[in-house]
Amino acid sequence: MAKHIVIVGGGLAGTIVGNGLCRQLGDELRSGAVRITMLGNSDKHLYQPGLLYLPFGKFRESELFRDQRKVLDRRVNFNIDAATNIDVENNRVTCESGKTYDYDYVVLATGSRIRPDQIPGMEEGAHWFYDLDGARKMRDALRDFEGGKIVVNVNAPHKCPVAPLEITFMLYDYLRERGLKDKTEITYTYPIGRLHALEPVAHWTVPEFDKYGIKSETFFNTKEVDPKAKTITSEEGSTLPYDLLVTIPPHTGSQVILDSDLGAGGWVPTDKEKLLREGSTNVFVVGDTTNIPISKAGSTAHFEADTIIDNLASLVTEGQWARNYDGKVFCFVETGMSTGTYVWFNYNTPPNPGPPSQMLHWFKLAYNRLYWLSARGLL
Amino acid sequence: MAQRTKIDARGAFCPGPLMELIAGLKLIEVGDEIEVWSSDKGSAKDIPEWVAKVGHEMVGVENCEGYDSIVIRKAK
Repeated sequence: MAKHIVIVGGGLAGTIVGNGLCRQLGDELRSGAVRITMLGNSDKHLYQPGLLYLPFGKFRESELFRDQRKVLDRRVNFNIDAATNIDVENNRVTCESGKTYDYDYVVLATGSRIRPDQIPGMEEGAHWFYDLDGARKMRDALRDFEGGKIVVNVNAPHKCPVAPLEITFMLYDYLRERGLKDKTEITYTYPIGRLHALEPVAHWTVPEFDKYGIKSETFFNTKEVDPKAKTITSEEGSTLPYDLLVTIPPHTGSQVILDSDLGAGGWVPTDKEKLLREGSTNVFVVGDTTNIPISKAGSTAHFEADTIIDNLASLVTEGQWARNYDGKVFCFVETGMSTGTYVWFNYNTPPNPGPPSQMLHWFKLAYNRLYWLSARGLL
Repeated sequence: MAQRTKIDARGAFCPGPLMELIAGLKLIEVGDEIEVWSSDKGSAKDIPEWVAKVGHEMVGVENCEGYDSIVIRKAK
C-alpha cells in the first residue's frame, strides 16, 4: 500500500516541501509506492514579501501572484479544499468539503495571519501592508498624504521581523522624493527595549534613524487605537498622536490549528531540531506554524522545508533520520529605496549584518523575481 | 492553582526572549505564569525592566548553567 504524505497548506513552506519531495521520491512516485497530497485554500500563490513594495507603486498586483498549480510539481495531488480538522491521533485530515484524507505522514504548513481585530480600534484606525487589501488601502492613503505625523507601530508576534524597519526607511525615501520630508515626522514604536529584536540590527538602526530624523519609542505594546482622536496608546502608558498610522499587526496561527487543539495561539509545539510536533513521530511542522522561538519568515520556512524534505524522503525510502535543522535564517534588509544589507544566523551563530550597499539592494530586487525558483525548490 | 508555561528561548536571537514572553503573555490567563529560559545575558535585566514598566509581576530569576530561568506572573 502506498505511503501517503499529506501537506496541509499551500504557502511557501508547503510548496517547497511538495516540490522537494517530488524530486527526491521520483522512483517511489512513479512506482506508486508514495502519494503526495496538498490541501490548500487558494488556486493562487502569493509572493508575500512583494506586498512591502505595493504601497509605493514599486510592484504591480499582477506580479505578486502565480497559479499554484503551475508553481507546484504536477505529481502532487493539489486540492483546493481547506483543512478544518487535523486528527493526529487517528492520522486523518478533514476538509471543508467534508472529505477526509488519511495519511502516513503529515506536514503542517498552515502559516500565520494578521489579527488587527485583537486590538481595539486598530482595524478602523490603522493601515498595514501584510495582506493585499491592506497594502492597497495603504497605497491610497499614501497617495493622499500631504504631511503630518506618521507612526510606524510594531506588535508582537509578527512575521518577517525586518519588514517594520524596511517600511520605515522606504517611507522616508518616498516622502523625500515627494518633497514631504520636511512636513512629516515619523515615529517608530517597538515592543521591546531596543529598535529591533536582533541586537546588532538595533545598534545599527540608532544612527540611521538619527541621520534621517526618525523618532522612536521602545517598550511600546499597543493597548488601543482611537480612530476619532487619531491616537495610539500603549500598555506601558504612552499615547502618541498620528495623522497616518502604519501598523504591523499582531499575528496568530491558523484557525485549523486552534480548532484541532494542536497549540495555543495556533502555534504547534515543535521540536526545534527535528521539526516534529512534540509527541508525534509522523507530524512535521514547518514555517510560521511552529512555536519555535525563531523568526517567522520565508527564509526560515525555506531552510526548515529543506530539512523536512531530506528527513521525509529518508524515512520513506530507508527508514532513517537524515539530519537536524540548525536554526538557519537568512534575510535581506531593504535600508531605503536604493540600498540594502542582509543578516544570517542560526542557533549557535549570532547575527552580524554588514554595511548597506546598492549591490545588496539589487540582490534583494533580483530575489524578488527568483522567489518563484525557491518555491519550486530549484534555488 | 496558577498554570505555568515554559518558553525555551535559549539560543533565540530573533525575535528573542522578551518578544517571545510578550507574545506568550497574550495566550495565558491573568494569574498564570510564564517561565522563560534565556541564554541572552541581557534578559535578566531587560525582562524585569519591562515587567515593571507594564505592570506584570516578577516571580523570580534563577541563574542556571548557561542560561537564566525567569518567571513572570500575568497581572492584568
